[in-house]
Amino acid sequence: MEKKAPGPPKWAEKFLEWYCRPELLEDLQGDLHEYFERNLKKKGTRRARFIYVLDVLKFFRPYTLRKPHLLNMVINMLMLASYIKTSRRNIVRNKLFSGINIFGLGVSMSVGLVMIAMLMDVFSYDNFHTRNDRIYRLISRFEQNGHANSSFFATSSLKAGLSVKESVNGIEDVVSVRGGFSGDLEFEDKKLPVSGYWANESFFNVFTFPLVQGNPVTALQKPFQLVLTESTALKLFGTKDVVGKTVTRADRQYLVAGIMKDPPVFSHIKFEMLGSLSSLDVIEQDNPDLLKWDNVWDTWTYVLLDEGVGLDKIKANLDQFALKEDRTVENTHIELDLQPLSDIMTGENMGNQIGPTFGKTLLRIFMALTLVLLLSACFNYTNLSVARALSRTKEVGIRKTIGAFKSQIVGQFIVESVIISLLALVFSFLLFILIRPHFLSMESSLQQLLRLELSPGLVLCFLGFAILIGAMAGIVPAVSFSRISAIAAFKDMMATSAMKGISMRKVLTVFQYSISIIAITSTLIIFKQYRHFIHYDLGFRTENILNIKLQGNDAQLLTNELNELSEVQNISQSMLISGIGHYSGIYMKNPNDPLDSGTVYFNTVNENYLPMHSHTFLAGRNFNPKLVDSLETEVIVNQEVIRRFNIADGNPSDAVGQTVEVDGKELAIVGVIGDFEYGKANNQTGKEVIMRYANNKANYLNVKIQSRDLPSTYGKLEAIWKKLDPVHPFDAQFYNQQIQEGFKGFEASVKVGGFLSLLVICIATIGLLGMVVFTTEFRLKEVSVRKVLGSSEFGLISLLSKGFFVLLLIAAGISIPSTFLFFDRVMLPQIPNSSPLQLPEMFLGSFVVLLLALLMIVSQTLKVARTNPAEVLNRE
Amino acid sequence: MKGTNIGEFEELVLLTVAALMEEAYSVAICDELSEHAGREVKLGVVHAVLNRLQEKGLLKSQLGEATKTRGGKRKRFYQVTNTGKAALIKTKEVRDVLWNRIPHLTLKGI
Repeated sequence: MEKKAPGPPKWAEKFLEWYCRPELLEDLQGDLHEYFERNLKKKGTRRARFIYVLDVLKFFRPYTLRKPHLLNMVINMLMLASYIKTSRRNIVRNKLFSGINIFGLGVSMSVGLVMIAMLMDVFSYDNFHTRNDRIYRLISRFEQNGHANSSFFATSSLKAGLSVKESVNGIEDVVSVRGGFSGDLEFEDKKLPVSGYWANESFFNVFTFPLVQGNPVTALQKPFQLVLTESTALKLFGTKDVVGKTVTRADRQYLVAGIMKDPPVFSHIKFEMLGSLSSLDVIEQDNPDLLKWDNVWDTWTYVLLDEGVGLDKIKANLDQFALKEDRTVENTHIELDLQPLSDIMTGENMGNQIGPTFGKTLLRIFMALTLVLLLSACFNYTNLSVARALSRTKEVGIRKTIGAFKSQIVGQFIVESVIISLLALVFSFLLFILIRPHFLSMESSLQQLLRLELSPGLVLCFLGFAILIGAMAGIVPAVSFSRISAIAAFKDMMATSAMKGISMRKVLTVFQYSISIIAITSTLIIFKQYRHFIHYDLGFRTENILNIKLQGNDAQLLTNELNELSEVQNISQSMLISGIGHYSGIYMKNPNDPLDSGTVYFNTVNENYLPMHSHTFLAGRNFNPKLVDSLETEVIVNQEVIRRFNIADGNPSDAVGQTVEVDGKELAIVGVIGDFEYGKANNQTGKEVIMRYANNKANYLNVKIQSRDLPSTYGKLEAIWKKLDPVHPFDAQFYNQQIQEGFKGFEASVKVGGFLSLLVICIATIGLLGMVVFTTEFRLKEVSVRKVLGSSEFGLISLLSKGFFVLLLIAAGISIPSTFLFFDRVMLPQIPNSSPLQLPEMFLGSFVVLLLALLMIVSQTLKVARTNPAEVLNRE
Repeated sequence: MKGTNIGEFEELVLLTVAALMEEAYSVAICDELSEHAGREVKLGVVHAVLNRLQEKGLLKSQLGEATKTRGGKRKRFYQVTNTGKAALIKTKEVRDVLWNRIPHLTLKGI
């Protein structure tokens, strides 16, 4: 027989028949077929079929569409009502089945709702700018001596911002926003700390921040002008009508030239005031670095492109511009690029962001997790529905006999699953309201970034989401039910059809349990690491030490006041707090080899600091108290410094008395202390540390407290602070708490991981429950016969549950080693000082999950094994 | 009146239908246009235009005989109606008038 020529895809033809008007259908089909035959010869089968599908989709236009027939519509409406009615009956009849599904879908949908709300928030950032599609941020990559930074900085140099408009064609306007304007504003005798940026006069042209008062064109033009937001004006003056008044900031007078509306929540730039950039010409006129090409650290530049300008052309121009400017600095290349405004929140993770951003990675991880969870829940529904085929085949058979079309059967089952998912939506909505505050409080930046507020649009999205989930979960069972032939349904063929998908269901169960075990084990491992790091031996003591941020206040004055309290044992001063991720580096010259010098990290402390924090002295002595502003002559180094710089062959006692040069000063080493964690326990930076001495130049007071009632002591300290500094709020934290906060990322992962593992386990467990119930009931007759023939209860249980045990063991066998390998080989080597994996966290989670599953299997099989065989066999 | 005014592409399609006489069905029209108009013409566009012209009453159509090709589907053959012919003639006249008003010198530079 001649081989049949390949035809166009069947489903595409069906789709065309479905949507196309009958009077247009035949010749259109013919035309497409003719093209298909041509393409077949010219381009091959696959390509031709692909083009055919494309064409079918392309012809889906208003004029080809079949007009809905009124009668058909009425019939469909009637049928829909009937579907809903029968679905309701079915849902009520099978309470266990419906309960399992509503619960399982609801739990995972709640996470989906959080994600939808989050996406809505994230994607509504910066939409309020009327020309947001033309606003781009100038970003730069820093390359020095051939070492290129792998990623871009969100900042660019002030010079680039000022000259990019002249040098590159296609730019309508440029805004430069520079940090460092935050500070205390003074008006008459009132003082208020306000955050803000320097910005040039284009700010209100490029961005859409409406001014309530003042001229947007000139408000930021002249030096020493500023624009306040409404709420700041109200706080400082008590009224919004303040244009023309002058305020004092850092001993200079500023004219209030405009009042603007507060920046919206979903603006990536947040501020309370703006100062005119031209003021910097006066303030920083002695700063030679201000306008240097490689000073890319502190200015954010936004450009407004001309309409219809190609990005490639601008990028090429930017490259030329950068190459020209590179000549003004040595050995440095700065690559410029443009980043769309809409990309700032969700784009690449960059350094020097102007505010917190969401970042691609976090978004993707969260979406992936949600997807896994939702798929898992949909699988459950599919799984259980197909397993229940036994009880529904007769119903389908009767429907078909009476004259139902395939499509109507599909419709009925999809309506049923959509109703279930709508019920689940109600449940998940409650959960959503419940978990929303916890989700937001997980990380302080999330609270700033997201609102997750309900809006009509959001609720519509939720509804659409629920219907989509329902349709997705229902489609497989619906199609498989619709395929049942009426005759087969009444013969005793159901048994085979119900068992048909069994291997797929086994795979699903293994998949769900593997995910559960991976989730719980990972969470436990991260939790263990978190515990490990917050109890890490930093090399000094931190108990009962309260670190108070001085915020510009006089250290000695506050110390004297605080010493009055009996609870205060000791007070020291420091420039920064060790062990929580503060860094400050300085250049140190090696006394043995002046050419080999390098960066060391330092902290400036007074004489109380080292003893109070119980640093170990390997040799030498502590600093002697000195007067305020006395000459710096002494330094204490840690062991790593003398090792690294090879001072006195690394011998601590010989190193004492040697001289090093730091910051242009000759300093004598008076003591050597043991190594300690200067930065963060999970970070390698900050090994070589020197301690410098300063009296009364600190940023922090470290207060050692001996008290039974810490909150009330804290209150007393705060009262003293209030007396000395009524402007700034008291900013103090216990050391251990600060360390914990330094590992907030871990804590958040543990929380999210814990919650998600709980959900995944929940879903897997109820999925398994459903499977066990329906499989055991299916074998009820067999069990009864075995029982009559003398099988023991234990034998029956092992018979029924053996299959499930094997599945669980396979899941554990897949997931435990893969989790172990992932953490042991990939994750933990990236985290310095991490604690090695141990047996408990590897197996505890899986043990609990498996125990739960076993309990459920045994309890269900026990129920079946205990049924009276007489009752079961009697039914036949 | 809207009905008798036709667009540039509509005119091309109408002319092609008239030129192809008995063989004017969508694929043939499409090929003919691609060949003579000097541009790639997509079936989807031609189909939509044919349909619109028929609605305007400038074209009429009937199905032909079934053949073995085209998956056994019949072709739809188009014919220009009298209204269609009138519209074509009118368009040509308008153009001729305008052409005649152009002095020879103006277009010589090309």
